[in-house]
Amino acid sequence: MTARQNRMILIGLVVTGVTVSAFLALQAFEENLLFFFSPAQVAAGEAPTDRTFRLGGMVLEDSINREIGSLTLNFIVTDYTASIPVSYTGVLPDLFAENQGVVARGTLDNQGGFIAEEILAKHDENYMPPEVAEALALSEGSQTP
Amino acid sequence: MAFIRHNLVRIVNAISLLNTNFWRWFHQLASPPHVFALAGRVCPWFAGLAIIFLVAGTYGGLVLAPADYLQGDGFRIIYVHVPSAYLGMLAYMVMASSAAIGFIWRMKMAHGLAVSAAPLGAWFTVLALVTGGIWGKPMWGTYWQWADARLMSELMLLFLFLGYMVLRASFDDRDKADRISAILAVVGVINIPIIHYSVEWWSTLHQGPTIAKLDEPSITMDMLMPLLIMIIGFTAFFGWLLCKRLQGEILKRERQTRWVDGLIKGRTA
Repeated sequence: MTARQNRMILIGLVVTGVTVSAFLALQAFEENLLFFFSPAQVAAGEAPTDRTFRLGGMVLEDSINREIGSLTLNFIVTDYTASIPVSYTGVLPDLFAENQGVVARGTLDNQGGFIAEEILAKHDENYMPPEVAEALALSEGSQTP
Repeated sequence: MAFIRHNLVRIVNAISLLNTNFWRWFHQLASPPHVFALAGRVCPWFAGLAIIFLVAGTYGGLVLAPADYLQGDGFRIIYVHVPSAYLGMLAYMVMASSAAIGFIWRMKMAHGLAVSAAPLGAWFTVLALVTGGIWGKPMWGTYWQWADARLMSELMLLFLFLGYMVLRASFDDRDKADRISAILAVVGVINIPIIHYSVEWWSTLHQGPTIAKLDEPSITMDMLMPLLIMIIGFTAFFGWLLCKRLQGEILKRERQTRWVDGLIKGRTA
Protein backbone atom coordinates (compact mmCIF):
# COMPACT_ATOMS: atom_id res chain seq x y z
CA MET A 1 0.00 0.00 0.00
CA THR A 2 1.34 3.41 -0.90
CA ALA A 3 1.76 6.24 1.63
CA ARG A 4 -0.97 8.14 -0.17
CA GLN A 5 -3.47 5.31 0.24
CA ASN A 6 -2.53 5.13 3.91
CA ARG A 7 -3.33 8.81 4.33
CA MET A 8 -6.61 8.34 2.45
CA ILE A 9 -7.60 5.54 4.83
CA LEU A 10 -6.50 7.64 7.82
CA ILE A 11 -8.79 10.49 6.75
CA GLY A 12 -11.61 7.99 6.17
CA LEU A 13 -11.13 6.50 9.64
CA VAL A 14 -11.02 9.93 11.28
CA VAL A 15 -14.31 10.92 9.63
CA THR A 16 -15.98 7.61 10.56
CA GLY A 17 -14.68 7.71 14.14
CA VAL A 18 -15.79 11.28 14.70
CA THR A 19 -19.23 10.57 13.21
CA VAL A 20 -19.77 7.54 15.44
CA SER A 21 -18.58 9.29 18.60
CA ALA A 22 -20.62 12.40 17.84
CA PHE A 23 -23.69 10.23 17.30
CA LEU A 24 -23.17 8.43 20.63
CA ALA A 25 -22.47 11.68 22.51
CA LEU A 26 -25.55 13.37 21.09
CA GLN A 27 -27.68 10.33 21.95
CA ALA A 28 -26.38 10.39 25.53
CA PHE A 29 -27.06 14.10 25.97
CA GLU A 30 -30.38 14.01 24.13
CA GLU A 31 -32.37 15.50 26.99
CA ASN A 32 -29.89 18.29 27.66
CA LEU A 33 -30.04 19.35 24.03
CA LEU A 34 -33.75 20.07 24.15
CA PHE A 35 -34.37 23.76 24.53
CA PHE A 36 -37.85 23.21 25.96
CA PHE A 37 -40.35 20.55 27.06
CA SER A 38 -43.74 20.30 25.37
CA PRO A 39 -46.98 20.40 27.42
CA ALA A 40 -47.46 16.69 26.59
CA GLN A 41 -44.04 15.87 28.07
CA VAL A 42 -44.86 17.91 31.18
CA ALA A 43 -48.23 16.18 31.54
CA ALA A 44 -46.49 12.80 31.23
CA GLY A 45 -44.19 13.78 34.10
CA GLU A 46 -41.02 13.92 31.99
CA ALA A 47 -40.17 17.48 33.01
CA PRO A 48 -38.27 18.15 36.27
CA THR A 49 -40.43 19.20 39.22
CA ASP A 50 -37.64 20.41 41.51
CA ARG A 51 -35.83 22.85 39.25
CA THR A 52 -36.26 25.43 36.52
CA PHE A 53 -36.93 24.28 32.94
CA ARG A 54 -38.43 25.69 29.76
CA LEU A 55 -41.94 24.98 28.54
CA GLY A 56 -42.64 25.51 24.85
CA GLY A 57 -45.79 25.41 22.73
CA MET A 58 -48.51 27.59 21.28
CA VAL A 59 -50.47 30.25 23.17
CA LEU A 60 -54.06 28.94 23.13
CA GLU A 61 -56.64 31.18 21.47
CA ASP A 62 -58.71 33.36 23.85
CA SER A 63 -56.65 32.16 26.82
CA ILE A 64 -54.71 35.38 27.60
CA ASN A 65 -56.00 36.94 30.80
CA ARG A 66 -54.41 40.14 32.14
CA GLU A 67 -54.79 41.13 35.79
CA ILE A 68 -55.96 44.72 35.94
CA GLY A 69 -53.47 47.13 37.50
CA SER A 70 -50.41 44.87 37.27
CA LEU A 71 -48.04 43.35 34.73
CA THR A 72 -49.26 39.86 35.62
CA LEU A 73 -50.99 37.78 33.03
CA ASN A 74 -52.24 34.21 32.75
CA PHE A 75 -52.47 32.17 29.58
CA ILE A 76 -52.49 28.57 28.43
CA VAL A 77 -49.64 26.90 26.54
CA THR A 78 -50.74 23.97 24.40
CA ASP A 79 -49.33 21.51 21.88
CA TYR A 80 -52.93 20.43 21.04
CA THR A 81 -52.34 17.20 23.04
CA ALA A 82 -51.97 18.68 26.51
CA SER A 83 -52.34 22.19 27.97
CA ILE A 84 -50.56 23.90 30.85
CA PRO A 85 -51.74 27.16 32.48
CA VAL A 86 -48.91 29.70 32.79
CA SER A 87 -48.66 32.77 34.98
CA TYR A 88 -46.12 35.52 34.33
CA THR A 89 -45.30 39.00 35.59
CA GLY A 90 -43.16 41.20 33.39
CA VAL A 91 -42.54 42.61 29.94
CA LEU A 92 -43.46 40.51 26.89
CA PRO A 93 -41.66 40.27 23.54
CA ASP A 94 -43.42 41.88 20.54
CA LEU A 95 -44.31 38.60 18.87
CA PHE A 96 -46.13 37.23 21.92
CA ALA A 97 -49.73 36.63 20.82
CA GLU A 98 -52.50 34.04 20.64
CA ASN A 99 -51.79 31.14 18.25
CA GLN A 100 -48.09 32.00 18.25
CA GLY A 101 -45.20 29.94 19.55
CA VAL A 102 -43.88 30.72 23.02
CA VAL A 103 -41.09 29.45 25.28
CA ALA A 104 -41.46 30.11 29.01
CA ARG A 105 -38.68 29.51 31.58
CA GLY A 106 -39.83 28.79 35.11
CA THR A 107 -41.03 26.11 37.53
CA LEU A 108 -44.12 24.00 38.08
CA ASP A 109 -46.35 24.87 41.03
CA ASN A 110 -48.25 22.31 43.12
CA GLN A 111 -51.47 22.58 41.11
CA GLY A 112 -50.00 21.59 37.73
CA GLY A 113 -49.56 25.20 36.66
CA PHE A 114 -46.36 26.86 35.49
CA ILE A 115 -44.85 30.01 37.02
CA ALA A 116 -42.74 31.73 34.35
CA GLU A 117 -39.75 33.96 35.10
CA GLU A 118 -39.02 34.71 31.46
CA ILE A 119 -41.12 34.62 28.29
CA LEU A 120 -39.61 34.30 24.82
CA ALA A 121 -41.60 34.34 21.59
CA LYS A 122 -40.83 31.53 19.16
CA HIS A 123 -41.11 32.56 15.55
CA ASP A 124 -41.98 29.89 12.97
CA GLU A 125 -40.39 29.46 9.54
CA ASN A 126 -43.20 31.21 7.63
CA TYR A 127 -42.59 34.52 5.92
CA MET A 128 -45.34 36.31 3.98
CA PRO A 129 -46.74 39.77 3.31
CA PRO A 130 -49.89 40.84 5.27
CA GLU A 131 -52.21 40.37 2.24
CA VAL A 132 -51.20 36.72 1.91
CA ALA A 133 -51.67 36.17 5.65
CA GLU A 134 -55.18 37.67 5.43
CA ALA A 135 -56.08 35.58 2.40
CA LEU A 136 -54.84 32.45 4.20
CA ALA A 137 -56.87 33.29 7.31
CA LEU A 138 -59.97 33.89 5.13
CA SER A 139 -59.66 30.59 3.26
CA GLU A 140 -59.10 28.71 6.52
CA GLY A 141 -62.15 30.41 8.02
CA SER A 142 -64.36 29.39 5.08
CA GLN A 143 -63.21 25.77 5.30
CA THR A 144 -64.32 25.45 8.93
CA PRO A 145 -68.04 26.37 9.03
CA MET B 1 -21.31 -7.31 -33.12
CA ALA B 2 -18.47 -5.47 -34.78
CA PHE B 3 -20.51 -2.29 -34.62
CA ILE B 4 -21.05 -2.66 -30.86
CA ARG B 5 -17.40 -3.52 -30.26
CA HIS B 6 -16.32 -0.54 -32.32
CA ASN B 7 -18.50 1.81 -30.30
CA LEU B 8 -17.45 0.26 -27.01
CA VAL B 9 -13.82 0.89 -27.91
CA ARG B 10 -14.65 4.49 -28.73
CA ILE B 11 -16.42 4.99 -25.40
CA VAL B 12 -13.56 3.42 -23.46
CA ASN B 13 -11.07 5.62 -25.34
CA ALA B 14 -13.13 8.72 -24.61
CA ILE B 15 -13.30 7.86 -20.90
CA SER B 16 -9.58 7.19 -20.67
CA LEU B 17 -8.91 10.48 -22.47
CA LEU B 18 -11.20 12.28 -19.98
CA ASN B 19 -9.37 10.50 -17.20
CA THR B 20 -5.96 11.58 -18.49
CA ASN B 21 -7.20 15.14 -18.91
CA PHE B 22 -8.61 15.14 -15.40
CA TRP B 23 -5.36 13.99 -13.86
CA ARG B 24 -3.34 16.45 -15.95
CA TRP B 25 -5.68 19.21 -14.76
CA PHE B 26 -5.40 17.94 -11.16
CA HIS B 27 -1.59 17.86 -11.29
CA GLN B 28 -1.47 21.34 -12.78
CA LEU B 29 -3.29 22.49 -9.63
CA ALA B 30 -0.15 21.52 -7.71
CA SER B 31 1.89 24.09 -9.62
CA PRO B 32 1.95 27.46 -7.80
CA PRO B 33 2.44 29.71 -10.88
CA HIS B 34 -0.43 27.89 -12.61
CA VAL B 35 -2.80 28.31 -9.64
CA PHE B 36 -1.69 31.91 -9.16
CA ALA B 37 -2.54 32.72 -12.79
CA LEU B 38 -5.82 30.75 -12.62
CA ALA B 39 -6.94 32.66 -9.51
CA GLY B 40 -6.03 35.92 -11.24
CA ARG B 41 -8.16 34.97 -14.25
CA VAL B 42 -11.34 33.94 -12.39
CA CYS B 43 -11.14 36.77 -9.84
CA PRO B 44 -12.70 39.54 -12.00
CA TRP B 45 -15.62 37.25 -12.92
CA PHE B 46 -16.42 36.66 -9.26
CA ALA B 47 -16.00 40.39 -8.57
CA GLY B 48 -18.40 41.38 -11.36
CA LEU B 49 -21.00 38.79 -10.34
CA ALA B 50 -20.72 39.81 -6.68
CA ILE B 51 -21.23 43.52 -7.35
CA ILE B 52 -24.21 43.00 -9.69
CA PHE B 53 -26.00 40.50 -7.44
CA LEU B 54 -25.28 42.26 -4.15
CA VAL B 55 -26.58 45.59 -5.49
CA ALA B 56 -29.67 43.95 -7.05
CA GLY B 57 -30.34 41.83 -3.94
CA THR B 58 -29.96 44.79 -1.56
CA TYR B 59 -32.40 46.86 -3.62
CA GLY B 60 -34.81 43.92 -3.87
CA GLY B 61 -34.58 43.14 -0.17
CA LEU B 62 -34.88 46.67 1.16
CA VAL B 63 -37.26 48.20 -1.41
CA LEU B 64 -39.11 45.67 -3.55
CA ALA B 65 -39.91 42.93 -1.00
CA PRO B 66 -43.07 43.56 1.05
CA ALA B 67 -42.97 43.79 4.86
CA ASP B 68 -43.72 40.58 6.78
CA TYR B 69 -47.24 40.12 8.23
CA LEU B 70 -45.86 39.54 11.73
CA GLN B 71 -42.36 40.98 11.91
CA GLY B 72 -42.90 44.07 9.73
CA ASP B 73 -39.67 45.46 8.29
CA GLY B 74 -37.61 43.66 10.92
CA PHE B 75 -37.61 40.49 8.83
CA ARG B 76 -35.35 42.14 6.22
CA ILE B 77 -32.25 41.17 8.21
CA ILE B 78 -32.84 37.71 6.67
CA TYR B 79 -31.19 39.08 3.49
CA VAL B 80 -27.88 39.26 5.37
CA HIS B 81 -28.37 36.62 8.04
CA VAL B 82 -29.22 33.61 5.86
CA PRO B 83 -26.51 34.21 3.20
CA SER B 84 -23.82 34.74 5.84
CA ALA B 85 -24.84 31.63 7.79
CA TYR B 86 -24.78 29.61 4.54
CA LEU B 87 -21.42 31.08 3.52
CA GLY B 88 -19.91 30.23 6.91
CA MET B 89 -20.78 26.57 6.30
CA LEU B 90 -19.71 26.66 2.63
CA ALA B 91 -16.37 28.21 3.64
CA TYR B 92 -15.93 25.42 6.18
CA MET B 93 -16.57 22.76 3.55
CA VAL B 94 -14.11 24.44 1.16
CA MET B 95 -11.55 24.64 3.97
CA ALA B 96 -12.02 21.05 5.14
CA SER B 97 -12.14 19.39 1.71
CA SER B 98 -9.09 21.24 0.41
CA ALA B 99 -7.24 20.50 3.65
CA ALA B 100 -8.10 16.79 3.17
CA ILE B 101 -6.89 16.89 -0.46
CA GLY B 102 -3.73 18.64 0.71
CA PHE B 103 -3.22 16.01 3.39
CA ILE B 104 -3.76 13.02 1.12
CA TRP B 105 -1.92 14.22 -2.01
CA ARG B 106 0.65 16.35 -0.12
CA MET B 107 -0.55 19.28 -2.20
CA LYS B 108 0.68 22.61 -0.87
CA MET B 109 -1.73 24.63 -2.99
CA ALA B 110 -4.73 22.83 -1.45
CA HIS B 111 -3.48 23.73 2.04
CA GLY B 112 -3.03 27.28 0.76
CA LEU B 113 -6.69 27.35 -0.27
CA ALA B 114 -7.77 26.03 3.15
CA VAL B 115 -5.72 28.71 4.90
CA SER B 116 -7.30 31.37 2.66
CA ALA B 117 -10.85 30.20 3.38
CA ALA B 118 -10.54 30.08 7.20
CA PRO B 119 -10.71 33.80 8.15
CA LEU B 120 -13.42 34.42 5.53
CA GLY B 121 -15.55 31.65 7.03
CA ALA B 122 -14.92 32.99 10.53
CA TRP B 123 -16.13 36.47 9.54
CA PHE B 124 -19.25 35.14 7.80
CA THR B 125 -20.03 33.14 10.94
CA VAL B 126 -19.55 36.22 13.14
CA LEU B 127 -21.89 38.11 10.82
CA ALA B 128 -24.51 35.33 11.09
CA LEU B 129 -24.27 35.29 14.90
CA VAL B 130 -24.44 39.09 15.22
CA THR B 131 -27.34 39.57 12.79
CA GLY B 132 -29.16 36.69 14.49
CA GLY B 133 -28.79 38.38 17.87
CA ILE B 134 -29.95 41.74 16.52
CA TRP B 135 -33.06 40.04 15.10
CA GLY B 136 -33.57 37.87 18.19
CA LYS B 137 -33.82 40.74 20.68
CA PRO B 138 -37.03 42.28 19.31
CA MET B 139 -38.56 39.02 17.95
CA TRP B 140 -37.70 36.39 20.57
CA GLY B 141 -37.02 38.80 23.42
CA THR B 142 -33.38 37.74 23.81
CA TYR B 143 -30.06 38.24 22.02
CA TRP B 144 -28.64 34.87 22.93
CA GLN B 145 -29.67 31.58 24.57
CA TRP B 146 -26.89 29.22 25.63
CA ALA B 147 -29.16 26.16 25.66
CA ASP B 148 -30.29 26.45 22.04
CA ALA B 149 -28.73 23.73 19.85
CA ARG B 150 -28.67 25.86 16.67
CA LEU B 151 -27.04 28.82 18.39
CA MET B 152 -24.47 26.60 20.12
CA SER B 153 -23.53 24.61 17.00
CA GLU B 154 -23.11 27.86 15.05
CA LEU B 155 -20.83 29.18 17.82
CA MET B 156 -18.88 25.90 17.58
CA LEU B 157 -18.36 26.61 13.87
CA LEU B 158 -16.73 29.93 14.76
CA PHE B 159 -14.49 28.18 17.32
CA LEU B 160 -13.49 25.57 14.72
CA PHE B 161 -12.36 28.32 12.32
CA LEU B 162 -10.51 30.11 15.11
CA GLY B 163 -9.05 26.82 16.37
CA TYR B 164 -7.76 26.01 12.88
CA MET B 165 -6.04 29.39 12.62
CA VAL B 166 -4.61 29.30 16.16
CA LEU B 167 -3.35 25.73 15.71
CA ARG B 168 -1.56 26.72 12.49
CA ALA B 169 -0.03 29.76 14.14
CA SER B 170 1.49 27.58 16.88
CA PHE B 171 3.84 25.79 14.44
CA ASP B 172 6.99 27.32 12.98
CA ASP B 173 7.25 24.60 10.35
CA ARG B 174 4.60 25.27 7.72
CA ASP B 175 4.45 21.71 6.37
CA LYS B 176 3.78 20.43 9.87
CA ALA B 177 1.13 23.12 10.40
CA ASP B 178 -0.48 22.08 7.09
CA ARG B 179 -0.67 18.42 8.08
CA ILE B 180 -1.86 18.79 11.66
CA SER B 181 -4.39 21.57 11.05
CA ALA B 182 -5.87 19.50 8.19
CA ILE B 183 -6.86 16.81 10.71
CA LEU B 184 -8.66 19.40 12.85
CA ALA B 185 -10.45 20.78 9.78
CA VAL B 186 -11.63 17.28 8.78
CA VAL B 187 -12.76 16.37 12.32
CA GLY B 188 -14.88 19.55 12.46
CA VAL B 189 -16.90 18.58 9.38
CA ILE B 190 -19.25 16.65 11.70
CA ASN B 191 -20.52 20.02 12.95
CA ILE B 192 -21.96 20.98 9.55
CA PRO B 193 -24.87 18.45 9.53
CA ILE B 194 -25.37 19.14 13.24
CA ILE B 195 -25.88 22.85 12.50
CA HIS B 196 -28.29 22.09 9.68
CA TYR B 197 -30.40 19.45 11.46
CA SER B 198 -30.21 20.92 15.00
CA VAL B 199 -33.57 22.61 14.49
CA GLU B 200 -35.18 19.33 13.40
CA TRP B 201 -33.56 16.88 15.82
CA TRP B 202 -34.13 18.89 18.99
CA SER B 203 -36.59 21.48 20.21
CA THR B 204 -34.92 24.85 19.68
CA LEU B 205 -35.82 28.51 19.96
CA HIS B 206 -34.48 28.96 16.43
CA GLN B 207 -37.10 28.24 13.77
CA GLY B 208 -36.92 25.36 11.31
CA PRO B 209 -35.63 25.72 7.74
CA THR B 210 -37.58 28.08 5.47
CA ILE B 211 -35.92 27.24 2.13
CA ALA B 212 -33.23 24.56 2.76
CA LYS B 213 -35.69 21.64 2.70
CA LEU B 214 -37.38 19.30 0.25
CA ASP B 215 -40.81 20.89 0.67
CA GLU B 216 -41.90 24.09 -0.96
CA PRO B 217 -40.24 27.16 0.62
CA SER B 218 -42.28 28.68 3.48
CA ILE B 219 -41.79 32.17 2.09
CA THR B 220 -43.63 33.97 -0.70
CA MET B 221 -41.91 34.47 -4.06
CA ASP B 222 -41.57 38.26 -3.78
CA MET B 223 -39.66 37.83 -0.50
CA LEU B 224 -37.70 34.78 -1.68
CA MET B 225 -36.25 36.21 -4.92
CA PRO B 226 -34.06 38.90 -3.28
CA LEU B 227 -32.86 36.25 -0.81
CA LEU B 228 -31.73 33.89 -3.59
CA ILE B 229 -30.05 36.81 -5.37
CA MET B 230 -28.25 37.76 -2.14
CA ILE B 231 -27.09 34.15 -1.65
CA ILE B 232 -25.57 34.14 -5.16
CA GLY B 233 -24.05 37.57 -4.49
CA PHE B 234 -22.51 36.45 -1.17
CA THR B 235 -21.14 33.28 -2.79
CA ALA B 236 -19.51 35.28 -5.59
CA PHE B 237 -18.14 37.75 -3.01
CA PHE B 238 -16.62 34.81 -1.13
CA GLY B 239 -15.09 33.48 -4.38
CA TRP B 240 -13.67 36.92 -5.13
CA LEU B 241 -12.03 37.30 -1.72
CA LEU B 242 -10.88 33.67 -1.76
CA CYS B 243 -9.02 34.15 -5.07
CA LYS B 244 -7.35 37.31 -3.79
CA ARG B 245 -6.35 35.67 -0.52
CA LEU B 246 -5.10 32.55 -2.32
CA GLN B 247 -2.88 34.70 -4.55
CA GLY B 248 -1.49 36.40 -1.46
CA GLU B 249 -0.93 33.06 0.26
CA ILE B 250 0.91 31.69 -2.82
CA LEU B 251 3.18 34.74 -2.98
CA LYS B 252 3.95 34.34 0.73
CA ARG B 253 4.78 30.66 0.34
CA GLU B 254 6.77 31.11 -2.86
CA ARG B 255 8.47 34.40 -2.07
CA GLN B 256 11.97 32.93 -2.50
CA THR B 257 11.33 31.33 -5.88
CA ARG B 258 12.49 32.53 -9.26
CA TRP B 259 9.00 32.81 -10.80
CA VAL B 260 7.81 35.24 -8.09
CA ASP B 261 11.03 37.19 -8.53
CA GLY B 262 10.36 37.34 -12.27
CA LEU B 263 6.74 38.36 -11.64
CA ILE B 264 7.80 41.30 -9.48
CA LYS B 265 10.56 42.39 -11.87
CA GLY B 266 8.20 42.13 -14.80
CA ARG B 267 5.73 44.42 -13.02
CA THR B 268 8.28 47.03 -11.94
CA ALA B 269 10.03 47.13 -15.31
